[in-house]
Amino acid sequence: MVTAAELLSVAAFAQGLAAQAIPSFGSERTGAPVVAFCRVAHRPIRSHDPITTPDAVIVQDPTMLQIPGILDGLRPGGLLLVNSARRPEDLGLTGTSARLVTVPASELSRSRLGRPVPNTVLLGALAGLTGIVSLSALQEAIRSRFSGDAGEHNAALAADGHRVAHETLAEGDSRAQAG
Amino acid sequence: MTELKLYQVGTFAAGNRLLDPSQRTEQSHAGRANSITSGHRACRGCGEALGARVVLDAAMRASAGRMVTVNATGCLEVFSTPYPESAWRVPWLHSLFGNAAAVASGVAASLQAQGRDDIRVVAQAGDGGTVDIGIGCLSGMFERNDDVLFVCYDNQGYMNTGVQRSGATPAAASTATTRPVGSRVGNAFGTGKSLPVIAMAHELPFVATATVADLHDLERKVVTAMGMHGARYLHVLVPCPLGWGTSSADTVRVARLAVESGFFPVFEAHDGEVTDVGRIRRQVPVADYLRLQARFAHLFGEPGHPDVVARLQRQADRSIAHFGLLEGEPS
Amino acid sequence: MLRQVEGSRAVAETVARCRPDVVAAYPISPQTHIVEALSDLVAEGRAGRCRFLMVESEFGAMSACIGASAAGGRAYTATASQGLLFMAEALPNASGLRLPIVMTVANRALGAPINIWNDHSDAMSQRDAGWIQLFAASNQEAVDLHVQAFAVAESLHVPVMVNMDGFVLTHAVEAIDVPDQEQVDALLPPFRPLHVLDPEHPVTIGAMVGPEAFTEVKYLEARRQLRALDVVGEVAERFHDVTGRRSGGLTSSYRLEDADVVLVGLGSLLGTAADVVDELRDQGMAVGLLGVSCFRPWPFEVRDTLARASRVVVLNRAVSVGAGTVLGGDVRLTLAGTPVVVHDVVSGLGGRPVTRDLLRRLLTDAAEGRLSDHELVFADLDESLAARALESELDHEEVGP
Repeated sequence: MVTAAELLSVAAFAQGLAAQAIPSFGSERTGAPVVAFCRVAHRPIRSHDPITTPDAVIVQDPTMLQIPGILDGLRPGGLLLVNSARRPEDLGLTGTSARLVTVPASELSRSRLGRPVPNTVLLGALAGLTGIVSLSALQEAIRSRFSGDAGEHNAALAADGHRVAHETLAEGDSRAQAG
Repeated sequence: MTELKLYQVGTFAAGNRLLDPSQRTEQSHAGRANSITSGHRACRGCGEALGARVVLDAAMRASAGRMVTVNATGCLEVFSTPYPESAWRVPWLHSLFGNAAAVASGVAASLQAQGRDDIRVVAQAGDGGTVDIGIGCLSGMFERNDDVLFVCYDNQGYMNTGVQRSGATPAAASTATTRPVGSRVGNAFGTGKSLPVIAMAHELPFVATATVADLHDLERKVVTAMGMHGARYLHVLVPCPLGWGTSSADTVRVARLAVESGFFPVFEAHDGEVTDVGRIRRQVPVADYLRLQARFAHLFGEPGHPDVVARLQRQADRSIAHFGLLEGEPS
Repeated sequence: MLRQVEGSRAVAETVARCRPDVVAAYPISPQTHIVEALSDLVAEGRAGRCRFLMVESEFGAMSACIGASAAGGRAYTATASQGLLFMAEALPNASGLRLPIVMTVANRALGAPINIWNDHSDAMSQRDAGWIQLFAASNQEAVDLHVQAFAVAESLHVPVMVNMDGFVLTHAVEAIDVPDQEQVDALLPPFRPLHVLDPEHPVTIGAMVGPEAFTEVKYLEARRQLRALDVVGEVAERFHDVTGRRSGGLTSSYRLEDADVVLVGLGSLLGTAADVVDELRDQGMAVGLLGVSCFRPWPFEVRDTLARASRVVVLNRAVSVGAGTVLGGDVRLTLAGTPVVVHDVVSGLGGRPVTRDLLRRLLTDAAEGRLSDHELVFADLDESLAARALESELDHEEVGP
């Protein structure tokens, strides 16, 4: 999560945007819930206060959705991107005005890397759904952070996420057209 | 033909006129560095002033004058630098009480970075600044193997502040905080620590003990240490007439008795193993050593504490056995 | 060159370019990334001849810096909070011995209770140690201040502390321009010590000074700190000449010209405050912002600037228990004799963020006369929680005999 926010910020920087990535901080500990934030803007970012009204929330581990208040502050119509093979309507989330999208990021990364590492898939999906950064800037950031095969696999995973995002958008368009 | 052994007895003239000039002590040379010069404010008969002079002059010779000193707070620092005067003729830095080893580590690293590591670093502290408040920094310097010779002048108590007990104070000694009042018989048995043994546990290239009673031995150990690199430790027993309650003329004599009674083992160690010991020619009963010191006076007289004296004797015997200090014994 | 990089990493790279001879540091959150990065840079040969000492404690760290500096080397360390306290004995030793050591403090709360998050209580606790204290409002400024710190320190022979908000700045990844080696070299000539351990010229450093001379030594120290007020400004000017960037100096002002209500603060909250000032100005409020970059010595010159406002809101991220606040106290002293109303506000303790909402509310309340000016205001206190705790204390209090 910490790396994902940073990757996003590096990609945004490469595109000439201002970006700020902030992990939420605590003592070193594996297996514990972790939150990270990222701001992207067209003007220099002066403030370092925590993000309380995000435009998008990415949830890497769907069990986090059970934590009360986790979606507080998400802007109406904001994007809630969840790592899950289920359909959005099957997540059990009611009463939210968020735009809910699921991407099977763990499964996708398992098929490429043999391990469930959903970060880069989700970033690709975020890029595809919001256009906040381009896929190529994201892949460049990934390759500079992860060298060799790891870099290539993760860049491919970002492309997977990006593709799934576009498929979702297309699906949504055709549904909207149909409905 | 029987090998003739020459023993020094009585006064120990520093000139050693029976010796070849090359074997004479640094102190006997008119051209010695005189690292700590006269005019300082030490007590008469101060063992530490004597020890510092011997150690540093030998170190200056060994390093051809290319050395700097770091000094902890304590008697030596206080009596040598009453602003605006200083007794030091060598580069000298005083920082705090517990950090001499860390400061010296910083000096050594800085000299290395600047490409001036031909300049050697000698740190010095009393027993308080070494075994108690200084032990954290000292152990750090030891384990990093920083290129410093650390010299502890052990007068077995916090003398500068009025003779309080330290982790180096021997059992049964009377100090300002271990007076023999109530049921107490001086400093408690089963407390205290041996920094030389702790130093050996760090597997340093060089650990040694010495006293101001044997000038040659002390100088030789300094020279040996200065010929090596890495973290080195030298522990020097320096009687304190004020704190020990000895006659100011007895400083060297008392130090010798500490050695000959087995109370203070003299040895040298490399990489954690004892390689040489200072032999006791004729073992002396600890009582002979203790009786010269007012800090043990409560053990004698009527009724005194003969049981405590006996316990101290057993401690000395164990030490002699452990280090193999008697002549003719295997070390 | 502008890069997207973590604050700590950028600081480490900057320090490496300042050509330190010795870095001695002990890890403590949230400074760890700085020393880790420096350790790597040294091992990779990217810090020149620098030696990295992995010391056994913060006391050891500052002590090693003292030795390194006294031996003629440029010395650096970093710490926070409890670590700063652990080396407290060594701080006035360094300043008293005229050793121009530079230290990063990744500001973090002091315990108990133990708290690893950001506030300014650590720096405040050592304000009288004789060190110059600079505060960075952003990661760019943090980077710039380290170069300036060495220049200021070595010009005056006074050690300098660079404060940057722990986690908030140290762990944020953003666009930072780390000065290149040529720029640093232009600003930082080789270190020339005031006194040095040198066999060619033996000196005694650290003598005992008695009542007959101590006062004079301390007076001279105080005079020197006042000279720092000029030197800090001069170094900031030279920095601007070389890099084209304005950072450091004594204070920073934002929209102060006709401000009626002025917020005074230290560190990263100034960025958030600038956004809020813009918002409120758009709504027609005459508010402005004064950031203190050089906290010690205190820039008394702010009197003239602040005296033009009718209200000053001092935002403190530390409490001077039993006495109010340090920053608020300094401001009050500076404004003594003027009619300016000073509001002493505490918020952002132990990592509680100073938010836009809070600043907006404070400035609006101040402007509209709703903010108390005769007591310490805990602006982000959970009042009901505190009230319940106080009540419970009263219930359990033994009333006797």
